[in-house]
Amino acid sequence: MTVARTWRTRRQRYSLVGERCDHCHNAIFPPRDVCPYCAEPAQTQMALSGRGTVYSYTTVYDAPAGFGEFAPYPVALVKLEEGPMVTAQLTDVSPEEVTIGMPVEMVTRKIQEQGEEGVIIYNYKFRPQLQRQARAA
Amino acid sequence: MAKQNGSVLLRPQRAVGIVGYGAYVPRYRLPASEVARVWSGRMDTLPIKEKAVAGLDEDTATMSIEAARNALARARVDPHRIRAVWVGSESHPYAVKPTSTIVAEALDIVPLTSAADWEFACKAGTEALQAAIALVGSGMADYALSIGMDTAQGRPGDALEYTAAAGGAALLVGPAEESVARFEASLSYVTDTPDFWRRAHAHYPSHGQRFTGEPAYFHHITSAARLIMEETGYGPADFRHVVLHQPNTKFPQRAATMLGFKPEQIQAGLLVPVIGNTYAGSSLVGFSAVLDVAEPGDRVLVVSFGSGAGSDAFIFQVTERIHEVRDLAPRTSDYIARRTVIDYATYARFRGKMLMK
Ligand SMILES: [Zn+2]
Repeated sequence: MTVARTWRTRRQRYSLVGERCDHCHNAIFPPRDVCPYCAEPAQTQMALSGRGTVYSYTTVYDAPAGFGEFAPYPVALVKLEEGPMVTAQLTDVSPEEVTIGMPVEMVTRKIQEQGEEGVIIYNYKFRPQLQRQARAA
Repeated sequence: MAKQNGSVLLRPQRAVGIVGYGAYVPRYRLPASEVARVWSGRMDTLPIKEKAVAGLDEDTATMSIEAARNALARARVDPHRIRAVWVGSESHPYAVKPTSTIVAEALDIVPLTSAADWEFACKAGTEALQAAIALVGSGMADYALSIGMDTAQGRPGDALEYTAAAGGAALLVGPAEESVARFEASLSYVTDTPDFWRRAHAHYPSHGQRFTGEPAYFHHITSAARLIMEETGYGPADFRHVVLHQPNTKFPQRAATMLGFKPEQIQAGLLVPVIGNTYAGSSLVGFSAVLDVAEPGDRVLVVSFGSGAGSDAFIFQVTERIHEVRDLAPRTSDYIARRTVIDYATYARFRGKMLMK
């Protein structure tokens, strides 16, 4: 990813900002010019909840250039609560702990470091939903 | 020592408080016994049980983002009304380029906000809090976000490697009438003391062995705590909870005893045995653990310590609103309970301690 492109897309990458179609009202991610559901152009920006479930996953052992330091890491298709399917890295989980249907939530993490002197790129990833402890009444 | 208004206390013109708070502690834990196994072989003098370690894809920016999301979830405030994002840390990911703009962008606080990174060893976070109280207290802003967060590094085999940990908390300061903890007073106490430092291009910090205890930690913490109690007229019995900076288990316990506090008063905020010393995050994440359990009316004393050296002391009183907001975000204990133990080799990889080229 170039510095210019990561800068342009920072809102969707940091906090999963997508769109809602003004015509068919579907949630859209990533944002785009034309609605993928009804082909109409107008959309309204909307922050997605970040909650979803693992639809499918795989483990990357042989990572592409720039991602090697994080390997091995799981990559999943995450079905978001609002509907869209997102491809994303999973984090805070070892590959053998991942299951289909696992509830996950969005977090913002480092995805790439462009060398010791380059920029650090942050992006959404998903982790298993944080368990809340039982509360005393 | 009297100041212009006749008091050494710092108090704003307008009543303020904490309107939202949020903790973050990463998932991984390195037992102190693992450090001892590799370096000293001595299991009898471990300073803590285990410390929290950030994952490969975490840094002060990502951890601050999560803590701040928790604070805003509790505050239920429109992010565009926040006029400052101030992150205190000694492990900012860049030497030049603010952590705070990354946090402000991720929380949709940009662009009409002040943003800056604060530096004062382990009290960078409470310096940010002092400034946030002042900004809101002066009427310049309705809300200001202060964060103390670190991914602390210790030189391999050094005493600090047992404890140097990752974590912290975010506090959103706002009007007193919306607060979960009303601010009563604060005080700052600093001197030039060479107890601990890191030069600009050094990877690991250094410390002046005999300086770390009496003239540094104990002098500044107890002076700040005594003065704020003297000036406000409170005694040890007036506080339900006390949070002191926690470089190890013994220092805050001893300082608390010196100040006349009972062990149960520091219990709720004493996290160092199970998460380590989170540096700029230490006193603030202890405060967040206190807010997780405190009752309306409880008075809380928070005293940080930063090497170099100084302490900030704060007095807050918890309000009825605490019950409304507490469960709008994960509690500090939820993060502490989420733990995956790692060995020294995994830790060395996570913390970049292996020479790759
Ligand atoms: Zn549509």
